Amino acid sequence: MAYNPQLNAAGELIHLLTPEGLPKRILTQILDRAAEYVAAGDAGNKKFTTLAGRSVFNLFFENSTRTRTTFEIAAKRLSADVTSLNIQASSTAKGETLLDTIQNLEAMGADVFVVRHAQSGAPYLIAKHVKPGIAVVNAGDGRHAHPTQALLDMYTIRHFKGDFTKLRVAIVGDILHSRVARSDIHALTTLGCPEVRVIAPKTLLPTGIESLGVHVYHDMAEGLQDVDVIIMLRLQNERMSGAFLPSTQEFFKYYGLTPEKLALAKPDAIVMHPGPMNRGVEIDSAVADGKQAVILPQVTFGIAVRMAVMAIVSENQRGQQQ
Amino acid sequence: MKQTIIRNGRLIDPTHGTDTKADLYLADGKIVGVGAAPTGFHAEQEIDAAGLIVAPGLVDLAARLREPGFEYKATLPSEMAAAVAGGVTSIVCPPDTDPPLDEPGLVTMLRQRAKAHDLARLYPVGALTVGLKGKEITEMAQLREAGCVAFSQGDVPIADLQVLYRAMQYAATFGFELRLRPEEASLVNDGVAHDGEYASRLGLTGIPVIAETLAIAQIVQLMRATGCRVHIARLSSAAGIELVRTAKREGLPLTCDVDINHIHLADVDIGYFDSHYRFDPPLRSVRDRNAIAAALADGTIDAICSDHSPMDDDSKLLPFAEAEPGATGLELLLPLTLAWAERSGVALPAALAKISSVPAQKLGFEAALTVGSRADLVLFDPDATWQVTPQTLKSQGKNTPFSGMEVKGQARFTFVKGKLVYQAA
Repeated sequence: MAYNPQLNAAGELIHLLTPEGLPKRILTQILDRAAEYVAAGDAGNKKFTTLAGRSVFNLFFENSTRTRTTFEIAAKRLSADVTSLNIQASSTAKGETLLDTIQNLEAMGADVFVVRHAQSGAPYLIAKHVKPGIAVVNAGDGRHAHPTQALLDMYTIRHFKGDFTKLRVAIVGDILHSRVARSDIHALTTLGCPEVRVIAPKTLLPTGIESLGVHVYHDMAEGLQDVDVIIMLRLQNERMSGAFLPSTQEFFKYYGLTPEKLALAKPDAIVMHPGPMNRGVEIDSAVADGKQAVILPQVTFGIAVRMAVMAIVSENQRGQQQ
Repeated sequence: MKQTIIRNGRLIDPTHGTDTKADLYLADGKIVGVGAAPTGFHAEQEIDAAGLIVAPGLVDLAARLREPGFEYKATLPSEMAAAVAGGVTSIVCPPDTDPPLDEPGLVTMLRQRAKAHDLARLYPVGALTVGLKGKEITEMAQLREAGCVAFSQGDVPIADLQVLYRAMQYAATFGFELRLRPEEASLVNDGVAHDGEYASRLGLTGIPVIAETLAIAQIVQLMRATGCRVHIARLSSAAGIELVRTAKREGLPLTCDVDINHIHLADVDIGYFDSHYRFDPPLRSVRDRNAIAAALADGTIDAICSDHSPMDDDSKLLPFAEAEPGATGLELLLPLTLAWAERSGVALPAALAKISSVPAQKLGFEAALTVGSRADLVLFDPDATWQVTPQTLKSQGKNTPFSGMEVKGQARFTFVKGKLVYQAA
């Protein structure tokens, strides 16, 4: 797969669909740009004119409050005109296809599509069919990818830990259904993290996950030993049906992050969570609210990272147009 | 019916395993002479087949013509034209139309309509259960009278083993054959791709190999219990092939096929969610694909079908999981079979047997080039290379993962019942 739909001929990012296959320089470029926005924000300068006169459409084919809101805030801070649409399955029931919807919004003058969709790969379909000059940013597709979440996770890790090449990272919980886990794994390995672990029961691990370059653990006590970063994943309620797990209680007992289990990690380990959290299911409140948790900084950094992504893809799309 | 001489051709007869140069004489829908004209023969038509291979017309064990019910995807005239352009002279069509072929009247109507577009021969497969719902068995004996050659569930497996058991008992009563695609539905669920590293990477829900192997194991046990003849349609995995191999060794009346897509493609070809690579069963690993090619060569897999599934563009312009599975295939059956043979070092007579004489045997006739054989023929240029261009395919369905690919082998003339029904431009 030499061809990469996310890059133009010059190797610049024109869509953000997945961290997989992106060179380290692009991930670093995004993190560095986000750092500029964070620094400017700390200095009281929150608003930029980068996307003035540009239209950003948030297309959420699947519900989300947090991600949509942070994308909205990020676009507004770049002075874009933002429209958010919640397009539930009903629109396809009315006979309009995904590409019909996209073509209509193109006709309304869209410059950036931020897309969340329940089907893995849907943003690729859109990126393949949008007019030249329009950028697509994946805000989460099925189980496949959630690149901006991964980038904000990387930002958070870099902020608190610095060098990726000395870190041991554990990702815990429902890896099977998690686009966050997949994207975090790709981003971590690209950025040079030498040891990424996944910890889960076999029912929640995708087949052949080792091929992504991770070490698999089924036991929390072993898997958390001496790690620098713990990324907890949300356990969706619907996973409680379909025989993936017997009960939330048993899951919490064996895979929930408690202060006792956290004590197995390095003393300065940080605890992350993409939210929304299920307290008492995957994480104990004492950990979620404890001093090792960096869950709220993740949210703050998320805005800067999404600003950086939208700014970079828009600039590269514009550069390509000229 | 014109009396025809086909001169200077290289005659390959897969039934007898022969490869000779001779002229062929056709009259009254049959081959009436090989090498020498029968007495009283007056040629009204001469075809120069120099440089061409003359072989029995291809027999496709699974091609959807989409009638009745799915005329927006394809029609009998369009797909019949595609068949003969691909050298296919006999088409076995599965019952998954709308309504499904579960009543004798529907089958009679379909056959009559096929006659009106008399190009290739049509062999309908009847539905095994009413509406393909897997609950009540159909009037199999009357469907047979109406012209059904076998019975199948299309791509909808029977979930209830009691129903399958009885369907096999009933079919065995009359000696009918069932064509079953081995799939344990509860293990497929909402799966859309081979459960392996690649699907994990793409976040596509996996269909494990055990969905195929458990179904084969059940079918084999039920065959032992009922004596029913079964043709396993479209194997996809190395493990599935191994089970079939063992069952055949035991002497069970079991045959099987694979489709052209699974011989050549694997899960990694999905690339960036390309819906043209969405198939049921899913494209499996490279290892499985190689096992399919080898099992064809060693005879474990008896036949190759096109699994022709023409559809409109919109059916593929969807996220991978929502796109309809399948590809157009009638016009690719010949070149993709030849490509497999060349890669696997299989001689032409043996390769052509997979798409003519072996499936013909299942339909009760001999695909041969001897006096008295049907004058259903394909004359093809084995060295003609051409690029698969969807727009130039005769099939109404332009959906193919082989778009842009160079293939070798092209039909120049196709005869059905002694009549020239296709001639390449």
